[in-house]
Amino acid sequence: MKKQLLILIVPVLFLVMACDDEVFLNKEPKNILLNEQVWSDEGLVLSVMADLYGRFPDYQTIENWVEFTNFDEAFASAFGDYGRHHNQDWNYFDWGYWDYGYIREINLFIEKAEEADQLTEAARERFLAEARFLRAAVYFEHVKRMGGVPIVLEPLTYDYSGDPTYLQQARAKEHEVYDFVISELDEIKNILPDDASIKSRATKGAALAMQMRAALYAGSIAKYGATTPEVSLSGDEVGIPSSMATGYYQKVMSAFNEMSGYSLYDRTPDRSDNFSNIFLDKNNNPEVIFVEDFKLQSGKVHGFTISNQPRYQSEEQEGGRINPSLNLVQSFERLDNTFGKLSTRTADDSDFIYYDEPTDLFANRDPRLSGTVILPGTTFKDTDVEIWAGYYLGDDTYITGNQFGAKGSIPGIDEDVQVVGYSGPIDNLEFSAQTGFYIRKFLDPTPGSGQRGVQSEVWWVRYRYSEVLLNAAEASFELGNTADAANYMNQVRTRAGLTTPLTAADINFDRIVHERKVELAFEGHQLWDMKRWRLAHIVWNGTSDELTENPGVATEPSTRPFGLWPYKVHDPDGPNDGKWVFKEVLPSQVTNPDRFRLGNYYSRIGDDLLNKNPKLVKNPNQ
Amino acid sequence: MNKILNKLSMFAVALLLLTGCALDNYEEPGSFLKGRIVYQGEPIGVEYNQVSFQLWEPGWELSKSIDVTVSQDGEFSALLFDAQYKLIIPSHQGPFMSIENSGTNSDTIIVDLNGSTEMDIEVLPFYVFNSADMSVSGTTVNMSASLNKVVTGVDERNIDRVNLYISKTHFVSGNTSVSSAEIGGGDITDIGNITLSTEIPDLTPSQSYVYARVGVKISGVEDMLFSPVQKLEF
Repeated sequence: MKKQLLILIVPVLFLVMACDDEVFLNKEPKNILLNEQVWSDEGLVLSVMADLYGRFPDYQTIENWVEFTNFDEAFASAFGDYGRHHNQDWNYFDWGYWDYGYIREINLFIEKAEEADQLTEAARERFLAEARFLRAAVYFEHVKRMGGVPIVLEPLTYDYSGDPTYLQQARAKEHEVYDFVISELDEIKNILPDDASIKSRATKGAALAMQMRAALYAGSIAKYGATTPEVSLSGDEVGIPSSMATGYYQKVMSAFNEMSGYSLYDRTPDRSDNFSNIFLDKNNNPEVIFVEDFKLQSGKVHGFTISNQPRYQSEEQEGGRINPSLNLVQSFERLDNTFGKLSTRTADDSDFIYYDEPTDLFANRDPRLSGTVILPGTTFKDTDVEIWAGYYLGDDTYITGNQFGAKGSIPGIDEDVQVVGYSGPIDNLEFSAQTGFYIRKFLDPTPGSGQRGVQSEVWWVRYRYSEVLLNAAEASFELGNTADAANYMNQVRTRAGLTTPLTAADINFDRIVHERKVELAFEGHQLWDMKRWRLAHIVWNGTSDELTENPGVATEPSTRPFGLWPYKVHDPDGPNDGKWVFKEVLPSQVTNPDRFRLGNYYSRIGDDLLNKNPKLVKNPNQ
Repeated sequence: MNKILNKLSMFAVALLLLTGCALDNYEEPGSFLKGRIVYQGEPIGVEYNQVSFQLWEPGWELSKSIDVTVSQDGEFSALLFDAQYKLIIPSHQGPFMSIENSGTNSDTIIVDLNGSTEMDIEVLPFYVFNSADMSVSGTTVNMSASLNKVVTGVDERNIDRVNLYISKTHFVSGNTSVSSAEIGGGDITDIGNITLSTEIPDLTPSQSYVYARVGVKISGVEDMLFSPVQKLEF
């Protein structure tokens, strides 16, 4: 009896304790925010926006700096990255990009923002414009890397019918994507705040700067694409008709003429320091237009300085991973506007040229050189960088060591002395300055910036006014207005510290290419510039050529990163004792020249994507 | 206690052995497709690792090509499953054009693989070498080559340049050359008689031989045409 009662009671108990379905299923979740909650609060919408900003696409950045060593600008002085100099060619997938997940989330944001009625009209409009700004940037990034891509402007939803064909879109033409980017930015530029003090959110200035860059890319692909007819597709998914070039170049100028509120940074008397401070000074910097910002003790910091500080007196047991190449260093012109190799040998090549100080070799060069690169004989954080390769005894005899600051014996001195710098250069020793140079751009001189526990808050500058001026100079040149081009270029060059202005007659294609190379080195422009001018397969042609004698010529091959090692002369009785000589070297880890194949101009679309969407066509030459 | 543990561990080992599957549950591919890229029976020299063709096996839900790379003497070899493949040379590959296949009326070639097969692929090169002779005198390599234009008419192409390359190893191209000489297409008066010479530089470590061959860059074609590799003693 008792047992039966128990059996009865248990299910009854369950029935009684079970709660009300209605209440249980409609409980508010405590770990996620619902659409209505987010879209009724400006602060919450801003956090969603911040997430979208945080996924802004870049290839080479202050955090992804290792990609700077893929080309001829720099050597990677780290064991795990030597492969970048061993490879025979780049993969067709390299620098590819296909992120429709991100586009979908931006489209969802736009859809919801359009319906949101709890926000003030001004805030809603600004959010909408910012989302469209980001979407334009993402499409620009796609077209830059992949050519024409499907333009999807609303969140697509699958209906589970078993037939996804209605979601499959063909690739748009390359110029249609550029046109989309340009017209979107036209529509939103006046909604965005026209305020040059806003740096990390979209502004009118940022929209115009992006528009200029996009129009310039499209114009040059239209013009220079004619030189490589193989790099095109019959449906124009790749390749822009050359007749469209002029229109795009004019668009660059009209956007430029609308730009206001920005000027070149000019606050430090020393030209090299001033150039380096462009990237370090966050105090209402008049040149910087759009950035990804970082902040100490906020969690959003980066380790650029840890990885790239000079190895000597480094705040951690590492550093020096980016070694700018001699190829880049010798590209900085002389103060009299002429080009040439650094003078290390006498005219008849019979002997070295002897310098009193290591910096004397670079004395008459563009001040941007030592603003971009740490040169031997200079200091960082008030400490000598200790870049010297050893002693030169004459007759092609050198004494050096194989570890940082190694000691050895030199003739005529009884005790062992230091025979190599504490930062190298030592061939094959990671973190040493294997090319004889370290990078200075973005390197943070704040104490602690090189420590893992502190890191750095130097921001990543995506758009700055100097590039805007160079864009205008290039467009003017292409439109035949060389006087205007000279004017824009001279503004940049005068600020840089070059004293003789260029005349209209001096402006030619080589000048345009060269100015961008030295002004914008390590800012993530090189690859895209070389692609749009169709110079990449000419400059990175896969042959083991020696270092060029004509650094001012745009088409000179440059396939391997060379170095320049300073040696102290040891010749106690001779006139040159204590002076410096420089020897050109090729780091031994550079075993293969760079080869940019025609198939690298537009990255490969993976087989997985082609299988999912049969309407996609492949990129050419792969 | 120990006994139980022992028994247990033995049992565990037995279980592992019994349930362990064979090394692989698929047969490995076993048939070779071997051959050369040829024009009138003569293989066409290309650059190492730069020219490839594709094999597609129809009938699967997802398609992905098997890329077969051609060696620098124009040979290829691929280890495959027995099946019917469609062989395609993509239009930009190699210093040659595909020939229309009579079986498919297109440039697709049907390959029925049933056991290892030797098959030469006939193509139409823009140019071929009649001869490429090399000799050494002192440390100078002299080359005299004779080219023959094969494709004429609408598809004919000019020569951008001709290069003589010298390498330390068997792999000879602009990528590996230690010394090279070049003549521009416009400077060639007679493609039946092209001469070039270049100096052998000091080699580290030193060796008493080099490898050499001639490359032809044809305008609008990315891959260069190469003569056979020759070993030269000096």
